[in-house]
This record gives sequence, C-alpha cells and structure tokens, in this order.
Amino acid sequence: MRFYLYEAYSLWRRDMLSFSRQKDRLIGYSFAPLFLLAFIGLGFKNQIYFPEMKNIDYLSFLTPGMVAMTLLTASNSTSFLMLWDREMGFLKEIMVTPSSRIGIILGRTASGVTVAIFQSFIILFGGIVMGSRFHRPEGMLISLIFMALIASAFIGLGLSLASFKKETYGFSLVLNFILYPFLFLSGALYPVDRLPSLVAPLSYYNPLTYGIDGLRYSLLGVSSFSPALDLGVMAASCLAMLGLGTYLFEKGEWD
Amino acid sequence: MGNPIISMKNLSKAYHGEKAVDNVNLEIDKGEFFGLLGPNGAGKSTVIKMLTTIIHPTEGTATIHGHDIIEERDAVRSCIGVVFQDSVLDRKLTGRENLDFHARLYGLRGDMRRERIEEVLELVELKDKADVLVERYSGGMQRRLAIARGLMHHPGVLFLDEPTLGLDAQSRRHIWKYVKELNLREDITIVLTTHYMEEADQLCERVAIIDRGRIVALDTPENLKGLIGADTIVMHIQSGGEILLQSLSFFPWIASSEVSNGKILLRVDDAQSRIPQVVIEACMNRAIVSHVGIIEPTLEDVFLKLTGRTLHECEDSGN
Repeated sequence: MRFYLYEAYSLWRRDMLSFSRQKDRLIGYSFAPLFLLAFIGLGFKNQIYFPEMKNIDYLSFLTPGMVAMTLLTASNSTSFLMLWDREMGFLKEIMVTPSSRIGIILGRTASGVTVAIFQSFIILFGGIVMGSRFHRPEGMLISLIFMALIASAFIGLGLSLASFKKETYGFSLVLNFILYPFLFLSGALYPVDRLPSLVAPLSYYNPLTYGIDGLRYSLLGVSSFSPALDLGVMAASCLAMLGLGTYLFEKGEWD
Repeated sequence: MGNPIISMKNLSKAYHGEKAVDNVNLEIDKGEFFGLLGPNGAGKSTVIKMLTTIIHPTEGTATIHGHDIIEERDAVRSCIGVVFQDSVLDRKLTGRENLDFHARLYGLRGDMRRERIEEVLELVELKDKADVLVERYSGGMQRRLAIARGLMHHPGVLFLDEPTLGLDAQSRRHIWKYVKELNLREDITIVLTTHYMEEADQLCERVAIIDRGRIVALDTPENLKGLIGADTIVMHIQSGGEILLQSLSFFPWIASSEVSNGKILLRVDDAQSRIPQVVIEACMNRAIVSHVGIIEPTLEDVFLKLTGRTLHECEDSGN
C-alpha cells in the first residue's frame, strides 16, 4: 500500500512539473463549459424553473452540470496524455520499471483529478460571477468529494479504453462518443425524469446521474436521491473503473 | 560456460501469425558483453522487448537472474536496466528531474536517491547540464542521460537497444567508452543490439547473428570472422605481376591467389606476419609494388556468408 502510494505520488509530481511549464493546457479545457454556462445558463436564467428543484434558477441549476462536463473533459485529456506518452514512447519507460501498475493508474488519475478540480473551480467562480446562487459556502468543500469521485471514475474509464489503443489519432472522438451519452443521460441539462421515456430508465444506470445529483446536493441543497446513495454509487463506480484500468495495465503490452 | 544470468528457451513472438522471433535459445553469462547483430526487422528489438517484459512471448520463455519473464515480471523489472532504441525522456523536465522521476519509480528513497543521481550524472558527464530542460539537449546528450537512467538502480543486466543509432561518430565513440567501462568496472552484464558491424566487433565478447527471427550464428567476433577464413593481402603491382605470382605459388601458406586490375590478392592466415616475406619475394622478382594492404574479414562478410545477403540488402527489402 505504502509503495504504490509513493509511486502514484511520483507520477503525480512529474505531471504537475510538466503542467506547470505549459499552463495554457490547464485553462484551455474549461473554455467550452464556461461558454455553454454563459450562453445557455444566462439566456434561460429566468425562463426555466423546475418545481421539483425548489424553483432554483436555471443558471444555478446548470452550473453543477457544467462542472460535470468539465470533469468529463478532464477524463478525455488525461487519457489523451497517457496515449501521448505511449505514442512518444515515454509510457514504455514507465512500464519497464517495477512500479506497481495500480500506482501508475492512481498517479495518472491523481494528476487528472487535480487539473479537473482546478478547472471545475474556474467554472464555479465563473458561475458565481454570472449570478449562480449557491446554497452555502461549505457546500463547495463537500462538492470537492463528488468532483474527485466523478473525475476518477471517468478517468479510469478513459485510461481503460486508451489501454487498447496505440496512438492518439482519433481517440478523443471515440472517447467523446462514449462520454457524451453519459453527460446527456445524467441530468446535467435538466432533471432526468424529463428525458424521453424511451431513454429515461437508462439514466438510472448512469453513475454520472448520481454524481451530478451529489454536486447539486452540495452546491444547491437540492437533490433527487439521498446524498448517501449518490456517494455510494460514485465511490463504487470509481473503484470499478480504476480496478478495470489496473487490470488492463497489468496484462497489456506496451510496445 | 559459467552460470548464465539470462537464459532463453524457445523464445518466440508472432504477429498475426508471422514469426518475428522464432525459437530463440540463448544463454548469456554473468558479466558478459553480449551482442545481438542483425539488420533492421530481424527481431533484435522484439527479443529485447520480451526480455524487458514490455511484450509477452507467444511461445517459450526466458529467465533473468532466475526470474521468469512472464511469471515474475516485477522481479525481472527490478534487476534490469533498459535503454530502448527510441529511448524517450520527458522533454519538459530537466535532466535531474528525469532521473529523479525514474529513481522514485525504482523505489530509491531520500538521500540514497540524490546520491545515486549525482553518481550517474557524473558517469555520463552531464553534471553541468543537469538542470537544463531536456528539450535543449543534443541527441548524444539525451542518449547519455537515457543510459544514466537505465543504471540508476544498479541493475545486474543492462539492455542497450541500438544505443548509438542516429548519433554522429564522436557521440558514438563516447557512448562506446561509457558502456565498455560499465561492463568492466561495475561488472554489469550488457546485452547490446546493433546493426552496425563495427559496434558489435569493437564491444562484444560474444555475438549472436540474428536474421528473420532466428539465431544463425553464435560465437566471439574473432571466431565468427574465422568462418570466412583467411585475411586477404592486396598488392598493387606496377609491373612484373605475372612472374611474382608464379614464384608465390610455391609458398604453402597461401591458400589462394588471383590477379585483377593490377592487383594481386592473396588469401593467407595471419596476414601481418606474411607481408615481409611477400615483399621480399617481390623484390627478388623485380616486381614494382606501389602499395600493400590487408583486408580482414568483417562481420559483414560473415553475415553475407550465412544468409546470402548483405545487411544493406536486408534493410532495403525488409522494411
């Protein structure tokens, strides 16, 4: 246990050093969700209310959804970076060390999560500047837990899928094709019971539904499920995805 | 044979049914400087990648330090160092940061890690460039840093996959010097792959020639060259060649002789000690000799003899 945490820390440290020397990457990924929040959230701010959500204004309602979108983007960028390392040949240099594969997965995930949370806070503060009203200040701290869990689970998924690929070419497209349904079937844009009845049941099998519900609980004080259920589902998906990633890294070839 | 530190048993790797490495059985002794020589695409790198646990054999296996490369991958990884053909460093980190990152992954802690980093930096003479970003390093410096990285955890075996590929002559000699010293001073077993004949000849105690995934010959460079047989003495003759050739034909130690384009070619063993006699013979026959030289057989000739192709032909057609 101690060993793989140390290895994870070493990887995280290297990523942070690399990032600190290319800061544009850090901020770049938050632009799309920030623009969506501004143009959709502000536009519908006073037009859309959901009675079951205590009539919270749409801008505030959408902010946790856009945070989730940012977290999924981080999943994409983290697995992209992993593939980039692979394409460049650096991953091979890591895989040839006796470092535990779980340490390698956790380290990569930790640096992805760090960046994701940083970007999420850009969205949160952007939301506050535009007029999102959050329930209570300490809610932001609770939301950190959900952010970390959502980001880890989807980074785990991204790394698992990336382990089958050898180059970055086309990977983002494929991953987005998988990530967007998670986002649209999660209640990021509106409560899931308003989804077309054909797909609505799917949203209950989507861990992100619970993740976003947990974010709304912590930030806005409203939720469709109990926060304990949100936490449980997210934690379980997180473990499952990181476990899958570790397994695939253990048995893969790294040529 | 001593006790082998690496032994490969029927090691094979197939890609889509085509065998890149075909039933390789090899034993490499502790402390040996061993070379795998062959053209690009012969399967050298594939052997290295299997031994370093990066890819899995389709059939057969190998042990390093008694650890199986399939069943005990972590143990194998702990006792080997690797410098891949396209060894990659993190360009956004400095030389020291690169070493620090890898040292951590090898489990080196605290002061031990810092001391070892200084040691290996010193070894490859990069101490004054240690805090410069790797993206500003030259190709030769990057390769040296990669070698330093491969040595950090005191590996018993160091794999060098084409360590001088793409480097200029000066950097190449530099690297030859380091690895030779490593082998002698630190008692590291070195397995080197190369398609440069000269490199294998200069550095390696034993060389396996590999072609199309199979080992076609295995011996010391001298013995391999012995397969070709004798040296050739080349004499450039201005006049009197025919008479000289006739009188030379009485020497029993000349295996064969021929004349072409004003040159006499004599196949002899130990050419250096025969030159005086040949020159005296030329004087006595009043032949005018403008130049005498020796052509020693090269591993290139050995490859040609064993496979019927030159290394360059393989590269043109193979890849």
